[in-house]
Amino acid sequence: MDNIAILSPKYLENNSGIKATIDGVEMSVPLDPSNRHYAEIMRQVDAGTLTIQEAD
Amino acid sequence: MALSKIQSNSYEDTAVHGQRNLIINGAMQVAQRGTSGTSGNGYNSVDRFRIASGSTDEWALTQTQETDAPTGFSKSTKYTCTTAETALASDEWAAIQYTFEGQDLQHLSYGSASAQSVTLSFWVKSSATGTFGVSIYQPNDGRIIGSTYTIASANTWEQKIITFAGDTTGIIDNVNTEGLRIYWFLAAGSSFTSTDNTSWKAYAGTDFAYGHAVNLIDSTSDNFYLTGVQLELGETATTFEHRSYADEFARCQRYFERIQTDGAGTPIGYCSVRTGSWYGGVPFLIEKRSAPSVTLNGSLFLAGIYGDISSQTPTGINEISKRGCRPYKTSGSYTAQGSFIAFQTPASHYIDADAEL
Repeated sequence: MDNIAILSPKYLENNSGIKATIDGVEMSVPLDPSNRHYAEIMRQVDAGTLTIQEAD
Repeated sequence: MALSKIQSNSYEDTAVHGQRNLIINGAMQVAQRGTSGTSGNGYNSVDRFRIASGSTDEWALTQTQETDAPTGFSKSTKYTCTTAETALASDEWAAIQYTFEGQDLQHLSYGSASAQSVTLSFWVKSSATGTFGVSIYQPNDGRIIGSTYTIASANTWEQKIITFAGDTTGIIDNVNTEGLRIYWFLAAGSSFTSTDNTSWKAYAGTDFAYGHAVNLIDSTSDNFYLTGVQLELGETATTFEHRSYADEFARCQRYFERIQTDGAGTPIGYCSVRTGSWYGGVPFLIEKRSAPSVTLNGSLFLAGIYGDISSQTPTGINEISKRGCRPYKTSGSYTAQGSFIAFQTPASHYIDADAEL
């Protein structure tokens, strides 16, 4: 199956979401397991291949 | 009314009912993202039909919405190879993919003795002839079934009809996430084509594109058109269920919505402006499948009671739900006021809310 490229994930204010560049597009991603981007971010975090930066 | 005037059950049972087609946008009428896209994997143009691939390292493509279509249809989607994969490695594959929501497939009764057959019908036109693979993958339990079809004449519209048995083993979860995927293969390396998948089985990789024998990613002359896609219960393909544009558009917006105001400075939401920050609210037109990922392309214009604030790029967009989102900015100096939100350049700026599967 195909992969989603995720770069520079960072939590938004109050950890209310994640800003990341996904397949070349900057997106705000909600913390919803049904959201395919969030699910893929967490899959890569769990695999140890991605780290989410803390919010400013 | 006399009882004799009421339609008999036998008449009702044999009628061709509406809502037969489980596919959304099967006639490729809706293309919210635009008529042409080149981003590779993902949704490039027509709604609900995405490009999927694995391990390709040179291949590039365009996916477009076209007016070239068979009789009875006005639109199709076209894949075109723009950079060829010089040699198809065993682990490389490419396809057009459609994904169903699990809760919309519960009447298929998969995982029981009552599992229903489904029939897939579609129109295709390809630059190459040969044997093509099409597979249905069930991600909840990792199950697969597939078939092949033959394109006999190049660059000619042909309708294909394939019936798939119901899966008495795998259960499609009753959820708002993936239930089934359909893959129309464009190319598949030898690692994916060797194991028979013509009855439901546990997915093994080698059965992903069983029988697919055409390489449509090896030349910039390669192209593949698709339209008139219908998946319906039973073992017979009925005539395509044409829906209105408005109906298909609303169905598509459950999965993706481009908020754009057609060149007018129409408000898209409201905003509370504070002295050093602002927080807006932008509702979606249609409730989404899940909380969507949100992208702002361009900038926002805040029309306030005490003055306008132009060219605003939010710090972020949060509080995203199925119903809306909150763009916000935590820097700058403003006059506290209420305002509405519009796009800075309505003709080209927009917000995408993506809840695709």
